[in-house]
Amino acid sequence: MQFLQNSLPYLLAGISVGGQYALIAIGYTMVYGILRLINFAHGDVFMAAGLMMVYLSATLPLYLAIPLTLLATVLLGFIIERVAYKPLRSAPRMSVMISAIGVSYLIQNCALYFTGGLAKVYPAIPWISDTITVWGAVTKRVTLITPILTLVLVVVLVLFIRYTKIGLAMRAVAKDFETSQLMGIKINSVISVTFIIGSLLAAVGSLLYFSNYASVTPTSGGMPGLKCFVAAVFGGIGSIPGAVIGAFIIGICENIIKGLGWTTFSDAFTFALLIVILLVKPTGLFGEKATDKV
Amino acid sequence: MKTKEEKRDSWIAMGLLAGFYVLLLVVEMVVPPTHMLFSILKKSAVYSLAAVSMNLLNGFTGLFSLGQAGFMLMGAYTYAILTMPVELKMGDSVYKYYDCIVHFQTGMIPGLLMAGLVAALMAALIGIPVLRLKSDYLGIATLGFAEIIRAMFQWDALGPLTNGANILSGFIDLNHVYFPFTQVKIPPTFFVFLLSGGCIAVIVLLINSSYGRAFKAIRDDETAAEAMGINLFHYKELSFVISSFFAGISGALLAMYQFTVKAAPFKTSMTYEILLIVVIGGIGSITGSCIGSFLFIACNEWWLRFLDDASNNILGLNILRSGFRKVVFSVVIMVIVLFFSRGLMGDREFSVKRIRKRWEKLRRRGKDAAKGGGEA
Repeated sequence: MQFLQNSLPYLLAGISVGGQYALIAIGYTMVYGILRLINFAHGDVFMAAGLMMVYLSATLPLYLAIPLTLLATVLLGFIIERVAYKPLRSAPRMSVMISAIGVSYLIQNCALYFTGGLAKVYPAIPWISDTITVWGAVTKRVTLITPILTLVLVVVLVLFIRYTKIGLAMRAVAKDFETSQLMGIKINSVISVTFIIGSLLAAVGSLLYFSNYASVTPTSGGMPGLKCFVAAVFGGIGSIPGAVIGAFIIGICENIIKGLGWTTFSDAFTFALLIVILLVKPTGLFGEKATDKV
Repeated sequence: MKTKEEKRDSWIAMGLLAGFYVLLLVVEMVVPPTHMLFSILKKSAVYSLAAVSMNLLNGFTGLFSLGQAGFMLMGAYTYAILTMPVELKMGDSVYKYYDCIVHFQTGMIPGLLMAGLVAALMAALIGIPVLRLKSDYLGIATLGFAEIIRAMFQWDALGPLTNGANILSGFIDLNHVYFPFTQVKIPPTFFVFLLSGGCIAVIVLLINSSYGRAFKAIRDDETAAEAMGINLFHYKELSFVISSFFAGISGALLAMYQFTVKAAPFKTSMTYEILLIVVIGGIGSITGSCIGSFLFIACNEWWLRFLDDASNNILGLNILRSGFRKVVFSVVIMVIVLFFSRGLMGDREFSVKRIRKRWEKLRRRGKDAAKGGGEA
């Protein structure tokens, strides 16, 4: 019982972080499923959403700032795709990846310029930032809300992909890029929708993540971004439930490692997991069999 | 057989190179050493070596590896730990919280060599599992290893060796390089150029050898290369190890240039910067990487400085302030990536032959024009 009491905060934090990672990982897995591109800029979009929230909430009331943040992030994701990835659609994969790295560099430098390199304090959102006590563990309410909200959003997304026309188109494009183009699917709009959904979820994730961590710096997108990509690979790239489960596992493991006092290795663990996964089961937990990975 | 002209061209190229080094030596003797130019030149020479070693992997072997910062970190630490004087290691000024377990010191050259070798050894170990992966998976796995290496070096338990997350200093830096067996100082900038130039020359020789042709064959078509009898894994591993060896040396040089070493700055963003240098110069061009790194460092730290200065604002606009330089710079990089994806040099090299051809063409055109003018 004592053990449970001690480890409960870490477990709760792990579940909460896992939910936030899941929202970001979905963006990676969807983009990779369609474009075969690691969107290195996705983590920075997530950070940019955090910064936008900081700036918008400074002047506007929260009920306006939150929707505007979501909207602006979606717009950012859309523009990135149109400007940086669309012109390179027929280029080699390496060029597109380099372009993604370039975008990441640009967003980070812009953030550095606007913040002046200082950590910005994230606004406290009234109800969800309140402190509560769960079985003797003190935590913020956002910790409990995150997994629930994540699951709701994932279910909505899965239903969207399964039952709408655009969802059908997305599945077709992910399966075979060229054939679906020949069948009359407008590739560009499908890809745009993918980026829009990914950015929207990243924005929601950033609301939850930064409510928990309370400050945003220009580089605070990098590490979560990479970890979420690992989560997507772990769950099987292209699979949404896989990404969610992968993200929860990584979030929980990371916090348990922190709880054991090995904080230095909490990042390294994620990458070690990635390497093991790639070597043992490169398709991930739920990934479809693909021949070109390894 | 080389033709007479080719021979002449290579002599001219060597002459130009020698001339450049003499000029560098003279400039360093004349201009005061605190001038901005030297710090830029030194740093860009260090980055050239790092970029060329990355280019060997990404541009010539077609392996998209993002682990460069990790190998540079290993090189930098190995060099710093080996060449730091024993009394400093035993004292409390550097190893404040730990007792250093290395009870000897080496000279600069063994230190540099070991820096390369340790990085190469690590690469050999990492390469065995990782090189089975392809393109972006290889990239993300090597990036992961670089992060793991960084975490290892900051780990408390390794503190007696690496000083934990604290700074290492007091090792042989650029201002304490002497000619062998004498007390005569080698000018620092000249030394960096000599060393990184030498390493780059070795890489160039490698690329022009049969090994280099095997690397290029793998880059162009793996299946075809394998069918021609090239052992894919063997050559990929070789390229990875050699690239890491030189990345290690460039890390050691970076340590010498900075006077101190700390694990924290060897982040993923450092690898990204080197990758962007390679892209600016042209993937698959050695001279491109060198020119690219000079332009990158010079723009980043010198020529675009005025953009950061708030007193340069005109028309009452308040755009210019700290950090604006980097924004402009990254926009330029994006433009290069999107519209000039071949970079400055593409996959060509700076060669005397091409310049001579162009010159002859220009002269012929000039003659034709003159003739045409005379007739009319």
